Amino acid sequence: MRYIAARKLDRELKKGSAELLILSMVEDRPRHGYEIGKLIETRSGGILRFNVASLYPLLYRLEDRGWIAGRWVEKAGQRRRRYYRLTAEGKKALQSQRGTWVAFAAAISRIAGVEHA
Amino acid sequence: MLEWKGEVRQRLATLKLDPMRENELAEEIAQHLQDRYNELVAGGAEPEQAQRTALEEWSTRELMQALRERESEYREPIAAGATTHGHLLADLWQDILYGVRVLRWNPGFAAIAILSLTLGIGANTTIFQLLDSIRLTALPIKHPEELAEVRIIQPNGRTGDFTTSHPMLTNPQWEQIRAQQQGFSGIFAWAQDRFNTAPSGETHNVDGLYVSGDFFRVLGVRPELGRLFTAEDDQRGCGSSGVVLSNAFWQREYGGASVIGRKMTIEHHPFEIIGVTPANFYGLEVGKQFDLAIPICADPLIRGEYARLDVPHEWWLSVMGRLKPGWTIERATAQLAAASPGIFEATRITAFGAEEEKHYLTYHLGALPAGTGVSDMRKDYETPLDLLLAIAGFVLLIACANLASLMLARASSRSREIAIRLALGASRGRLIRQLMAESFLVAATGAGLGLLLSRVLGGFLVSLISTERNRAFLDLAPDWRVLGFTLGLAVLTCFLFGLAPALRATRTGPSEALKAGVRGNTAGRERFGLRRALVTVQVALSLVLMVGALLFSRTLGKLLSVDPGFRPNGILITDLDLTQLKLAPDRRQPYKHELLERVRTLPGVDDAAATGIVPLSGNSSNSDIWMDGQDSRQKKTVDRSWISPDYFKTMETPLVAGRDFDGRDTASSPKVAIVNETFVRVMTKGANPIGMSFHSPVAPNRPEFTVQVVGLVKDMKYHDLRDENIPIAYIPVAQAENPDEFDTFMIRSRAPVGDTIAAVKRRVAEANPEISLTFHVFESDIRNGLLRERLMATLSGFFGLLATVLAVIGLYGVMSYMVQRRTNEVGIRMALGAGRLRILGMILFEALVLLAIGIGVGLALSVALGKTASSLLFGVKPADPVTLGLAAGLLALVAAAACYVPARRASKFDPMTALRYE
Repeated sequence: MRYIAARKLDRELKKGSAELLILSMVEDRPRHGYEIGKLIETRSGGILRFNVASLYPLLYRLEDRGWIAGRWVEKAGQRRRRYYRLTAEGKKALQSQRGTWVAFAAAISRIAGVEHA
Repeated sequence: MLEWKGEVRQRLATLKLDPMRENELAEEIAQHLQDRYNELVAGGAEPEQAQRTALEEWSTRELMQALRERESEYREPIAAGATTHGHLLADLWQDILYGVRVLRWNPGFAAIAILSLTLGIGANTTIFQLLDSIRLTALPIKHPEELAEVRIIQPNGRTGDFTTSHPMLTNPQWEQIRAQQQGFSGIFAWAQDRFNTAPSGETHNVDGLYVSGDFFRVLGVRPELGRLFTAEDDQRGCGSSGVVLSNAFWQREYGGASVIGRKMTIEHHPFEIIGVTPANFYGLEVGKQFDLAIPICADPLIRGEYARLDVPHEWWLSVMGRLKPGWTIERATAQLAAASPGIFEATRITAFGAEEEKHYLTYHLGALPAGTGVSDMRKDYETPLDLLLAIAGFVLLIACANLASLMLARASSRSREIAIRLALGASRGRLIRQLMAESFLVAATGAGLGLLLSRVLGGFLVSLISTERNRAFLDLAPDWRVLGFTLGLAVLTCFLFGLAPALRATRTGPSEALKAGVRGNTAGRERFGLRRALVTVQVALSLVLMVGALLFSRTLGKLLSVDPGFRPNGILITDLDLTQLKLAPDRRQPYKHELLERVRTLPGVDDAAATGIVPLSGNSSNSDIWMDGQDSRQKKTVDRSWISPDYFKTMETPLVAGRDFDGRDTASSPKVAIVNETFVRVMTKGANPIGMSFHSPVAPNRPEFTVQVVGLVKDMKYHDLRDENIPIAYIPVAQAENPDEFDTFMIRSRAPVGDTIAAVKRRVAEANPEISLTFHVFESDIRNGLLRERLMATLSGFFGLLATVLAVIGLYGVMSYMVQRRTNEVGIRMALGAGRLRILGMILFEALVLLAIGIGVGLALSVALGKTASSLLFGVKPADPVTLGLAAGLLALVAAAACYVPARRASKFDPMTALRYE
């Protein structure tokens, strides 16, 4: 049941808030793709899951837009990985999207009569 | 570690990515799969099971689709979109390359757009280059800005003979100026004349210059061949001291052969060719090219008893000089003004009585900038060309409006593409730049082709204002001004037709545009408004041009239908030069009379007469007269002409009262005159003039005398077809004051012109082969006098037609588009019971509203702009209601027809199909 809900949500999220999620993940420090996906899954308690097909095109798009920047990093004894960091422009975009999301969530709550926990 | 990368690369292969890019992607995804695998294994899964799960979770299809979209765009320059990437120049180059590609995808659009601009920009450049070369281009000499002309400031009321096209000063004045001026490091005089280079028989006239010795030295012109004149060549009594040829004449007549030392005939005298000028030097008159130059001191040799060197009332020279370093025009003028009293005192004109003499002494000289030379063409064609430039500008605006409309339509069909780009992160600025790059390509190509076109059209226009007797010459090599003008036009048009559509196309947000689907984003009411506004402007502008075209063609029509008071068709004009016969003055008139009688009896010749002044030829003579019984202070200026008996019969001008001249009127009989009807109105206040007398004042070599009026004729035009009728007194040639060695025969013949010319040549040669003859056809001469009007009528007509066609195409396009957008609506209306007529009416009404607004604005503009053209009009007012009405009606008719087609199409829709239309 949980899994089905997540897959449905997935499509919607891609359009709306996936960008917001990814930008937040790389806000404090650069992370690689797998880490970003894993972190979203963990922090959402497993409700939100990204797989290869949904995650990477989105990353590339954000990169094209100049909001995040990818860089190959090599660590001793490991294969190289591509790390993504938030750019200055990305920071602005994140702030604006956060504001929109808060307002949106508040509006939904008010309309749908959802009580805050 | 498992080999994921190979597996991933295999799956990515169908995307056909750049190998580097593919490798990077594969590496990153492989790493991801490895991480997932590790996680699964750590969670207790069997390695084989973990590998399967990791690969299964990866939906290749989904990834491929997302990547394909994104990666293929990645290769498209435009989608690199983010402005933070790349460099401006590289981006621009990309934009232009992309523009070339887009235009190649739409050859139809590209062809129409480029063709419209080629015509529009070509027309503008053509007119501009003519204006440039007659108004702005400096003379082809060193430091033209130092050149100044010396002339009388406000030379009103000069009396005497004016024998050249720029008769500014007399030779006595020139000699005084040369001696007394201080502001010029070098100064020279010159005059234009036509010289006959044929040894005998029919003349071969060329454009010649009389020049003072320093002419070429002061201008800094160096010989191409031989040598040019120096001060030594121009000394009194020089006789035939050599001739300098222009490069063009040398090429034309001698094929560029070695000519130095060869002799040529000028006005029956042999002249030795001493030099040839360089190719770029055409003389000092813009619009003409001189053929040969002889020194001023040769005037007595050429003109014999009519020599002008020592005659104080022979105005024929122009004087120019090069300012000394440190001297300005003002300073030179001040010096000349100070010297003026002495100069005019020393060159007094006494031949016309004390009053004229007093007036002459009030003149003063001044200097005027002459770096752009003198030009009759400038005077005649400056205003027409300004106007034509404005007209061509309007045509270009109309073409731009069409293109903008076309671009808007294209923008809407490309809205999806643009939306995708925006969605993929292309910045709006970059997209606008990209669209503008396309517009610029179109504009630049149009401008380049327009420039080429203008080279051809320029030559054609010059040939339009050229006649056999008055060859027009303009140096039309494009200079920086022409190139700058064309480039400016390209940029301007690019913004005019490209910017608004580009702004519009990129304005909506990506999601909105994507949602809008195939309809595109310019379907909105507001966007459609822009196209409507464009069409309204087009209609208004084309109406203005149509009004202009009608005004100018009506002007030409009115001029052609002016009754000149005579019938020119069928008349051959023959100029005779008897100087070689060396006849004594008292033998001249009888000899000419005898020649005329010989010509009169030629087969086919109905009538023939001699005259001193051919009407409308530009030659004139006048005198101040007063009626018997009046005070001499009541004198009025009356034009004169000398005619033989039967002149009016030949011209087919009716004699209203009195008699024609005949054998009774001789040099010794009482002086008589025939006057015209306007003479009667002005001089006798309408009283019957027959039997009245008038007084003629003193003139060179004769005292005041009295003339009796014996006849009255209908009015004839004298100077110009456009003039009101003026008072004219005709005097018998037998009573001419100083019979000269020239004559002009007007020959009315039924035979073909060529035959008549041959017959006259034979008959005159029988009398004496030394007589020089020049022939011209009266009717063609008059027609050539209307070149300017013909040019205006032709070009404004052409532009008006072009503008109307463009505007109608624009209107048709907008109406078709509107009908297409409203297909659904029409379907619904029909389904609800609206009849076809109602639909037709509805669509037509929309069009007619646009049309009405356009015509209203156009009429207002026409009236406002018409005033600028009034000086070029004849017989029709700028705000002529008939013309305005006709133009508006014509345009409305054509435009309504253009709207009717799409409207009818709408009314023929099948409601069911229309409803389903998406």
